[in-house]
Amino acid sequence: MAEATHAEVHHGEVHRHPAPTGFIRKYIFSLDHKVIGIQYILLALTAVVVGMIMSVLMRVNLSWPGTHIKILETLFPQGAPGGVMTPEFYLSLVTMHGTIMVFFVLTTAPQGGFGNYFLPIQIGAEDMAFPVLNMMSFWVTFVGFVVILFAILAEGNATVGGWVSRLGESFAGGSGTVGPIGGWTGYPPLSALGKIAGPGQGAGVNLWIISIAIFCVGSLLGALNFITTLLNMRTRGMSLMRMPLTCWAWFTTAILALLSFPVLLGGGILLLLDRIAGTSFFIPGGLYVSGSTVPLHNGGSPLLWQHLFWFFGHPEVYIAILPGMGATSHILSTFARKPVFGYRAMVFAIFAIGMLGFFVWGHHMFMSGMSPYSAVAFSILTLSIGVPSAIKTFNWIGTLWGARIRFTTAMLFAIGFVSLFVAGGITGLVLGQTSLDFFFHDTYFVTAHFHLVMGVASIFGMFAATYFWFPKMFGRMMSEGIGKVHFWITFLGVYAIFVPFHAMGLLGMPRRYAQFTEYEFLKNSKGLVTFVTVAAIITVVAQVLFYFNFFWSMFKGAPAPENPWEATTLEWTIPSPPPHDNFAGIIPTVYHGPYEFSVPGAPNDFIMQSDGDGVVADLEGTSGNGGNGHRH
Amino acid sequence: MAATATGTNRTVQAGVGGGPSRPNGNGFHKNGGGGDDTPFLFSPARYRIGVWTAIGSILMLFVALTSAYIVRSASSDDWHRIAMPKVLWLSTSLLIASSFTIEWSRRSLKQNNNPAYGRWLINTVVLGIGFVVSQLMAWRQLVKQGVYLAANPYNSFFYLFTAAHGLHVLGGLCALAYLVVRTRAPRTTIDGELRRAGAADAVTIYWHFMDVLWIALFLLLMFWK
Repeated sequence: MAEATHAEVHHGEVHRHPAPTGFIRKYIFSLDHKVIGIQYILLALTAVVVGMIMSVLMRVNLSWPGTHIKILETLFPQGAPGGVMTPEFYLSLVTMHGTIMVFFVLTTAPQGGFGNYFLPIQIGAEDMAFPVLNMMSFWVTFVGFVVILFAILAEGNATVGGWVSRLGESFAGGSGTVGPIGGWTGYPPLSALGKIAGPGQGAGVNLWIISIAIFCVGSLLGALNFITTLLNMRTRGMSLMRMPLTCWAWFTTAILALLSFPVLLGGGILLLLDRIAGTSFFIPGGLYVSGSTVPLHNGGSPLLWQHLFWFFGHPEVYIAILPGMGATSHILSTFARKPVFGYRAMVFAIFAIGMLGFFVWGHHMFMSGMSPYSAVAFSILTLSIGVPSAIKTFNWIGTLWGARIRFTTAMLFAIGFVSLFVAGGITGLVLGQTSLDFFFHDTYFVTAHFHLVMGVASIFGMFAATYFWFPKMFGRMMSEGIGKVHFWITFLGVYAIFVPFHAMGLLGMPRRYAQFTEYEFLKNSKGLVTFVTVAAIITVVAQVLFYFNFFWSMFKGAPAPENPWEATTLEWTIPSPPPHDNFAGIIPTVYHGPYEFSVPGAPNDFIMQSDGDGVVADLEGTSGNGGNGHRH
Repeated sequence: MAATATGTNRTVQAGVGGGPSRPNGNGFHKNGGGGDDTPFLFSPARYRIGVWTAIGSILMLFVALTSAYIVRSASSDDWHRIAMPKVLWLSTSLLIASSFTIEWSRRSLKQNNNPAYGRWLINTVVLGIGFVVSQLMAWRQLVKQGVYLAANPYNSFFYLFTAAHGLHVLGGLCALAYLVVRTRAPRTTIDGELRRAGAADAVTIYWHFMDVLWIALFLLLMFWK
């Protein structure tokens, strides 16, 4: 009997799950990986607005201190009396901008969004391995986002702060800042002490920790699902070395998330216990804060938190950028009409970057008084990441070399990714050296580095992915005209913002300061600061183009054909948008590698992964079609 | 079909839990190698890969907490170990016993002995609940002696480890309860049969991990410094 069922299934008689019909099951609590992917993308599109508004507020305060902003007065009468923000208010903006951008934008959209949508389709699966877990991972993440927004009000608004204060002394809120103060890294002892440490240290920090812990759980569920799906659900013929590089990137990212988020979760639990249960994991004894000695704590180690945090924190930056690398490789190859240069090297490089990422956390702590020997070890390991990174960069350039490039918006953003990755990555080699880091630590040079490479490059990867996959996701094309304007303003804008940051760093301008008016040695940098602010405002406003393009095209864009970009991977073999079970019950078999472009003698200059022998007569020289290929 | 590299019949592969062996499609040998003939027949490997992945992340959580324990124990002179409550020996033996019962239950399932499968599952649930209860008794005893969470870093870690482990055991108990409930559901399809075998496998692996994890934590709490 087992044999009979086996044979039936083998002949394509797959029982199809009908698509849900109710609104809630279809769009809200959907089990469909495609809907969940879009939910993640919408979450990121929402969160990034909050993060961008915060960055503009910070820039305005840096360039034109004392600016009256009416809405701030209404929302945060304490934090911005008369609409003028206090330094504490600025610091909480720094914290929340970092937290929201890193977790709810850079971690959700690349992996949860595009990964969720396209990983199953690209490997020829109907859905994720565990659809219910997938749904939970989104909604858990969503709750995390709600909690972090609530942290803003609980800390900043006296009324809301009053409500949470009833939860206990450590939840005393309403100090008038925008949520907690402590940076996205939340270093103790400041973050562990509670209200005694000053404004922005009450309920907001508790909620911040709780939100991050919730986010960790959501990410772990997602990572588990990605790994299982990829290992277990690849279709016939989809060997690991035939997977699109996007899948390799999402897989590596999932492994990083799986192994690093638990460490942050553990650290978060310890930090929360220090705050609400009176333990001393991170709080040393005899601490003198705000004019009095902190009682009842002894022997904790603030450095312990730094180790735990950065053990997570460094892989986290790869969690943000690896999916962008995958998307870039994929898109470059498609529009260069050439196979990815050195596919195998790309796979190993992406994996090497991911794994090395676990052994370099110490380079965030050169200034913590670590042993010089450890510092050297961390420094060498850090610099060695330059090797796989360079392999990737050279292979991207090799892919473009001599190509007849199709300059679509997606392609422009992918090339922009390469540019930003190089520009931001090169300063990593500077900061990774202990002696230089001693000078640059906590200056704008560091801010420039990680914004370019982790922030903007990742975002460019996501822009490229959006312009590339939008037709598949929504069945309509985005406007290429608006897209190109959006690209050029954004591309020039981000360089105009972050290149001057390097100069400021060289001048010794410290990070996280609310204003620089009082410092003699920074008097001359006023013009630079204002230039950056103007560039930032223009760049942020230009994103309206993207939002308009996104939502307008969703309803009014030109209908998208099945394969508008003449790409080769499985998602382009199915209708746009794909049916509920992706392949409408007809499971594809894969015969080719993912990047068969410009194949000599092929009818179309490209060969789809699922093109069987009928389409491709005996062509020589196609990769992924070796001796034991599936020629039945 | 003969040309494919991995054309084994996977339906009979109920499998013994031993790591995520042989994923679907083994890649690496040659470019064309791998893939599988039966992509959409439910494969019990899915649950096994899933549970090993979950174990990886849970392990990292406890690696983080235990390394914090080790670092913290060295960072000050206020580290005072407490005498282990005797009842912990009881809970440890209950948990070890439950590892045996769940193993017997899985073997019974593989031998198609459904009544025995259900019976051993229920035994495991009872032993698991016994473990949680005796852990709570240990807490009660400590609180009675005035050993509180914040009084000493060792105490903090003691409560933290037992709580974190206990929560994961509760999760395992929920999964076991689900299996017990499902023993009554009729299974007419081969798919349903495979799902049950896969789920039973996964829960067994998880439960053994809980057992090993507790023993490791217990030894750490008892012998470190």
